[in-house]
Amino acid sequence: MKNYSAFDIIGPKMVGPSSSHTAGANRLGRVARKIANDDIKSVKFLLHGSFAKTYKGHGTDRALVAGIMGMMENDEELKNSLEIANKQRIKYEFVETNLGEVHPNTVKFIIEKSNGEQVEIMGASIGGGNIKITEISGLRLEFTGQYPTVITRHKDYPGVIAKVTKMLADYDINIAFMSVYRQDKGQDAFMVIESDHEFKDDLGIDIKREVDDVKDVYIIESM
Amino acid sequence: MSYNFNCGNELIELCHKHNKKIWEIMLCRESKNSGENQEKILEMMKENLKVMKSAIIKGLKEDIKSVSGLVGGDAKLLDNRYKKNNTVSGSKMMKAVASAMAVVEVNASMGQVVAAPTAGSCGILPGVLISVGEDFNLCEDELVKGLFTASAIGLIIAKNATVSGAEGGCQAETGAAAAMAAGAVVELLGGTVEEVLHGAAMTMKNILGLVCDPIAGLVECPCVKRNAIGTANALISADMALAGIKSVIPFDEVVEAMYKVGKSLPETLRETALGGLADTPTGRKLAKEIFNNKK
Repeated sequence: MKNYSAFDIIGPKMVGPSSSHTAGANRLGRVARKIANDDIKSVKFLLHGSFAKTYKGHGTDRALVAGIMGMMENDEELKNSLEIANKQRIKYEFVETNLGEVHPNTVKFIIEKSNGEQVEIMGASIGGGNIKITEISGLRLEFTGQYPTVITRHKDYPGVIAKVTKMLADYDINIAFMSVYRQDKGQDAFMVIESDHEFKDDLGIDIKREVDDVKDVYIIESM
Repeated sequence: MSYNFNCGNELIELCHKHNKKIWEIMLCRESKNSGENQEKILEMMKENLKVMKSAIIKGLKEDIKSVSGLVGGDAKLLDNRYKKNNTVSGSKMMKAVASAMAVVEVNASMGQVVAAPTAGSCGILPGVLISVGEDFNLCEDELVKGLFTASAIGLIIAKNATVSGAEGGCQAETGAAAAMAAGAVVELLGGTVEEVLHGAAMTMKNILGLVCDPIAGLVECPCVKRNAIGTANALISADMALAGIKSVIPFDEVVEAMYKVGKSLPETLRETALGGLADTPTGRKLAKEIFNNKK
């Protein structure tokens, strides 16, 4: 049983009409933006299930684009996000598709960064504005954005995890939850670390500098 | 010291043990669990109250149209009626109902609201609380207390059953919102902890079995009008509880019954837009029109 806060019940502050189709979609967009390091030239949104069927009427399209631009779920400008994106020359496209055996409110972001690099993120809006990210660049993982989260993409190699967690200890950061994911031995892996305290912005730079085998660090504020 | 509770009975025990009202228990619990001080938490809840108030004003003043065009403007019609005419159910009742509808219309037009507990049921708590607050001259701080009381009721329902229409039908969503609103009003107007839970129990009992069948799957029709009936239900139940009327079935058992009813509803009647009003000739026609026009 989840230990709900008073603000889980009375909240979130959001623009309507649906906590799962609007607020949750916006939050997914914001996490995707972070994973693309705030650098987005174009996005293709692959919409699945209920997202695909009702996205226009629920403003899911506007909420997703707003999220990609870093706008919050309670920003009244959210409903004008498509126009704002056009002005900022951010390209977007919505594709109704079937992503397989996933949550009915699932979206896959295919993001192109300004240097042409492509990032793929998949996540679901699981109710009440809560979300979970389920895939980054083809690798399955899981986190909710409820806690400040740091994610590393690193080489699956002995000592990498120890070096990163040692650094967090030196920064006096308590790890609340942690998981490690990989596809193949010795290949790319992800480490997802959730804490109770917000991480400093330069933590990512520090980790990349100190730990050779870490290729990317993403820092995601709690929702 | 822990202020956590899982059900209504535990909440009553906590209140008696610490000689505190429900809102105080919720505030202590929130402070303890989050590590924030109580002033900050009260301030955060006040922000929610402000958004609720603004939504009522917006919905009653501006010309609102939802994204699909299905709803908007009904709150204004009702507001007009109770101000100018003698109404069937009385102006206090209609004021609350118009306020609730205003908030849901703002929600459907992508305006700012507070999910309470969900966006689809976001009108009932502000509609009830703010209009009762005006009638009884309750200050903002008092209404904030009411929001904490409401959150305690919602928390028990979310923990032991569900507040999601997809899981439990509209009885779970607008039912929870109405039970929360009734509980808040009972406590604000001097009811005991037991009376708060009787009020919430009666509210939930009155709406047991209500299906979730949104036209075209959108949070518009019948959601706006179901917030209206939820508001009336909350006010009636609050008055019953304050009159000393008891729910024959205790709150915790009503919540359990609601969950069981929700689970036994066919999937077509749980927010899938495959049954009920969504599956009427007009419902199907509207869905077709909305999606053909919008794509």
